[in-house]
Amino acid sequence: MSGNSSSAKSLTSDRTPSHTRRPLQKVPSPKKQKRRKSQAFQEAVTGYFFLAPALILLGVFLLYPMGAAFYYSFTDFYILKPDDISWIGLENFTYILQDAEFRQAFWNTVYFSVIVVPVQLAVALVLALLINKKIRFRVFFRTAFFSPVVMSLVVVSILWTFMYNPNEGLINQLLGLVGIQPQPFLTSPDQAMNSIIVMSVWQGAGFQMMIFLSGLQNIPNHLYEAADIDGASSWQKFLHVTLPGLKNIALFIFITISIAAFKLLVQPMIMTQGGPLGSTKSLVYHIYETGFNYRDVGYASAMAVVFTVIVLVITIVQRVLVREERG
Amino acid sequence: MKRKKQMQTVVLYTSLILLTFIFLFPLIWMLVSSLKNEFQIFKDMKSLQAFLPPAPSEVEGGYFQNYIAAFQRVDLLRYIINSLIYTTGIIVFGLVVNSMAGYALARFRFPLAGFWLGVIIATLIIPPESIFLPLYVLVYDLGWVNTYTGLIVPFIANAFAMFLFRQFFLDFPKELEEAAKIDGCSQIGIFFRIIVPLSKPVFATVAIVLFINHWNDFLWPLVVASDESMRTIQIGLQYFMNEPPIKWGQVMAALTIATVPMLLIFTFLQRYYVQGLTHTGSKN
Repeated sequence: MSGNSSSAKSLTSDRTPSHTRRPLQKVPSPKKQKRRKSQAFQEAVTGYFFLAPALILLGVFLLYPMGAAFYYSFTDFYILKPDDISWIGLENFTYILQDAEFRQAFWNTVYFSVIVVPVQLAVALVLALLINKKIRFRVFFRTAFFSPVVMSLVVVSILWTFMYNPNEGLINQLLGLVGIQPQPFLTSPDQAMNSIIVMSVWQGAGFQMMIFLSGLQNIPNHLYEAADIDGASSWQKFLHVTLPGLKNIALFIFITISIAAFKLLVQPMIMTQGGPLGSTKSLVYHIYETGFNYRDVGYASAMAVVFTVIVLVITIVQRVLVREERG
Repeated sequence: MKRKKQMQTVVLYTSLILLTFIFLFPLIWMLVSSLKNEFQIFKDMKSLQAFLPPAPSEVEGGYFQNYIAAFQRVDLLRYIINSLIYTTGIIVFGLVVNSMAGYALARFRFPLAGFWLGVIIATLIIPPESIFLPLYVLVYDLGWVNTYTGLIVPFIANAFAMFLFRQFFLDFPKELEEAAKIDGCSQIGIFFRIIVPLSKPVFATVAIVLFINHWNDFLWPLVVASDESMRTIQIGLQYFMNEPPIKWGQVMAALTIATVPMLLIFTFLQRYYVQGLTHTGSKN
């Protein structure tokens, strides 16, 4: 695609009639200079005309709230008393350090991310490799693995809550068929987060499988042919041709899943309300409750600022790693 | 040697079928249970009958009684219409605003162009979850709580969409625009009469990405559309789960209804969606 565009560009510059270009290379006459200036001015006006609506909307509904969150985090802003805001310095931030609920929510979120990210990446890769083999009914299998993506997170969360029902749920019934005792799943502090993790991997893996598949198809066939000539085994081909060919796409998926995992909210909100015993309360959920249920905007904003910084750090660290890997 | 290959094939297809079951059984169970009555759902769950549709002899009062009951219990139709207004609003305004911005960033030279591109890309990193509270305060102050305006307007500008449009327009051949300019067409005319009609694929991709993202939205509609008449489908679904009497068949019917639009989109337009995502994936 990019090759296309550069050829198009060179075409257009070649097409500029030479008689108009040549005088410009000499010192242009004042009249022509003026015309050029007004042309540039016109282009700037048109450019801003096209860009302005987007910039204004981004400014009002994204950049301003960001600034506001930062400002609120140093205040005791309480929704029911909007006219009585006072500056309290770093008090909200020092409170975060003592807030046991915040600490629990933070470690819950870390636990969720540290497990979901590698597992989902691995499952997606295995699915993509299976689909990429010469198999019959490929479209059927691909559609099957992708089908959970079609359901929204809300739908999936409600569906699995019923499936996880300890007394009458489908999963315990299926486990019973193969002789496994009924499990408490979402009702147990030990199993609730793991149950959410299983469901999340199930829902998301098919999506990343699709991206892996497009990566696999971009690996040139002659590399495999060359490996065949060298007598490489299929494991060697996987290790030395497939994996290096997928590196960039795997890193891209790694970054997106990590950030998405750290934003965990819908699953615990619908399935467990953060329980039992706070074992599934996530960081964003804690921020939501503090802000919307307890109306403590100041403290919730301080936590939101900390959350943003964490996400930024994850993004930057991963970007740097990617660049080093590439360089 | 030949036997080894046969073994491999058997293992391959067994694992494929097992995986297919793992990925499909919740969906199948949801669909078939939505057609059964409560007694039958619980009876069938004891065996693999759980994944088979009810026999015609066992259905009293038609296959769709759960669906009819779900529509009667709450105003599901209203929730669906609200979801459609919400997503369509974001798509229509979003296509106009973001394509114009993408075009400006791809074609025009103006002061600070590079700076604005940097700002727009930087906003991609901001997690929307972190600004919802101040955004809610803003929307509240504007008097937009429980209005379509409050649902739609904050999400019209979309940095990701602008970025997709810009990439597309960068690859767009310039000759057509120059020919139109010589014919005396204005810049705005060139954009809407020449560029837009020739850029259907990118508009389709962005529209689908926006639809999927916002049809599934949860947090923002939850806080802004607190009034029952403003609820979107994703919020309305929770009613069946939380308000007794909880009827499993009705829950499954409601979940199925909420999934149908996504199913249609993915069945017929999946190509555009995957295209858009892999495009950005490989370029990053």
